[in-house]
Amino acid sequence: MQSYVNLHNRRKIIYGWLLLSPAALLLTTFAFYPSIATLWASVFSRGTRRKPSKFIGGENYADLFSDPTFLLVVKNNLIYAAATIPVSIIIALSMALWANSKLPARGFIRTAYFTPTVLPMIAAANLWLFFYTPGFGVLDQIGSLFGFQSVNWLGQPETALWAVIIVTIWKEAGFFMIFYLAALQTIPPELKEASDIEGAGRWTYTRRIVLPLLMPTTLFIMVNAMINSVKLIDHLFILTKGGPSDASKLILYYIWEMAFAFFDAPHAAALTILVLAVLATVAAIQFLFIDRRTHYQ
Amino acid sequence: MTRFYGKIEAAGAILLALIWISPLVYAFWAAFHSTSDAVNFNLFSPWTLENFRVAWDGAPWIRYFLNTFMLVTVVLIGQFILTTLAGFSFAKLDFPGKDFVFILVLMQLFILPEVLIVENYAMVSRLGLFDSILGVGMPYMASAFGIFLMRQSFKSVPIELHEAAQVEGCGIFGILWKVYVPLARPTYIAYALVSVSTHWNNFLWPLIVTNSPDTRPLTVGLSIFAAPENGVDISIISAATIMSVAPLLVAFLLFQRHFVQAFLRAGIK
Repeated sequence: MQSYVNLHNRRKIIYGWLLLSPAALLLTTFAFYPSIATLWASVFSRGTRRKPSKFIGGENYADLFSDPTFLLVVKNNLIYAAATIPVSIIIALSMALWANSKLPARGFIRTAYFTPTVLPMIAAANLWLFFYTPGFGVLDQIGSLFGFQSVNWLGQPETALWAVIIVTIWKEAGFFMIFYLAALQTIPPELKEASDIEGAGRWTYTRRIVLPLLMPTTLFIMVNAMINSVKLIDHLFILTKGGPSDASKLILYYIWEMAFAFFDAPHAAALTILVLAVLATVAAIQFLFIDRRTHYQ
Repeated sequence: MTRFYGKIEAAGAILLALIWISPLVYAFWAAFHSTSDAVNFNLFSPWTLENFRVAWDGAPWIRYFLNTFMLVTVVLIGQFILTTLAGFSFAKLDFPGKDFVFILVLMQLFILPEVLIVENYAMVSRLGLFDSILGVGMPYMASAFGIFLMRQSFKSVPIELHEAAQVEGCGIFGILWKVYVPLARPTYIAYALVSVSTHWNNFLWPLIVTNSPDTRPLTVGLSIFAAPENGVDISIISAATIMSVAPLLVAFLLFQRHFVQAFLRAGIK
């Protein structure tokens, strides 16, 4: 009997690793090894035919911090995050409250809010291009009705980043709405009845009961929005290419440009490591709050 | 008074919906009208299919569609196999080192494949997969998100079913195939919808790994077609855009409830 149990356990161990191995192999090849290789590449100089690459420690990082483009790109990305995260969360919340209430045309409203989510970012950028084009773009045409001057939304440094931000919000708000909708449907109707009996208005009910109950969902969405503020850059390729004069360039786009347009892999590696560090921080925050959330339930 | 506020709210909700849908509606309308009519908002101008004809002749769209279709299929098959095996292993088998490996897998949720483009590009080239559909799909196959999803789903299968199959003489793969996989069907459907719409829309990585019309997916093809250097005009770009989003958009409108459920299931668990 003892030996049977041993055999059984041993088989479980073997099968455990066996079943895991294909996924483990690919994760190592395309996530763990590249992360370490990136770290390694970030501490070496760029090799040329005359000068082979050599260990230079933190020099690539130091270069980045003295590179005005890098500082501008980080600033742009911070603005991008600071604008898209709260605005898309607030819009998503209003959308969910509306899509969940007894409004007329609720089906249409819900579909309209969610549709941008299923479009590729590239297609979304194409659609918005016609809104932003100076002269005959939709925004300028509407503006001219009210006597405003034509504005080159994508072509001037003051507005380019904001034009990009609006497309991102448009794309992700409907996606976040879904999570709020799900959370709203789990709120027991008794709470609404109780607050009606207490004579609380709709606003009080929303503010004192609904919003606190949506807190865990908000945190979840916030983490997603943070990741998106690094990841969602496809529309830059269509709308601005990071310009004019880098005014709308974001970090991931800059990594791509460094590596595949300027062929400067070491600095791209250093930049990648910085992004990974930020993502690790976001991960740590989430794990911290996820613990809270399990206590909550 | 409350009725009045209710009406204002309804108006606000509908206004937001109209704003939200307007870029798509405008592009749809522009795609069926001549450029000069489109930019001048001639609402009653005649409809035309000319833009679609020009757009269709301007790029190998059938090839792009086929590439995207093959890409999402390859990715999905790879993901199903890998995440099923790994998810089952994490959910139902005990072995030393399991918790440690699981934490490593969760870490991948934050190491976005998009961020590692430089080294992954080097890796794909080393494997001889540059400019191939497999090269585009492979980094996404061992999806940590999918493994996590499958693990959750398999965990909820009662152990009695597992034991009953064992008594019937099923081996471990038999149990997995006959008991766990059928019971996890809703999770597979949800995961498939999320995966297909993600990879149908993916852009940056395919842009880097593909280098010829034979492998390029729709998104990359569309971005090249619509590049300002090519000087294509608004109505034609609209037609191309509408054309390339149509399959997914129509599928979404038909199976809207499933899509929404899928995104929910995938996001919440």
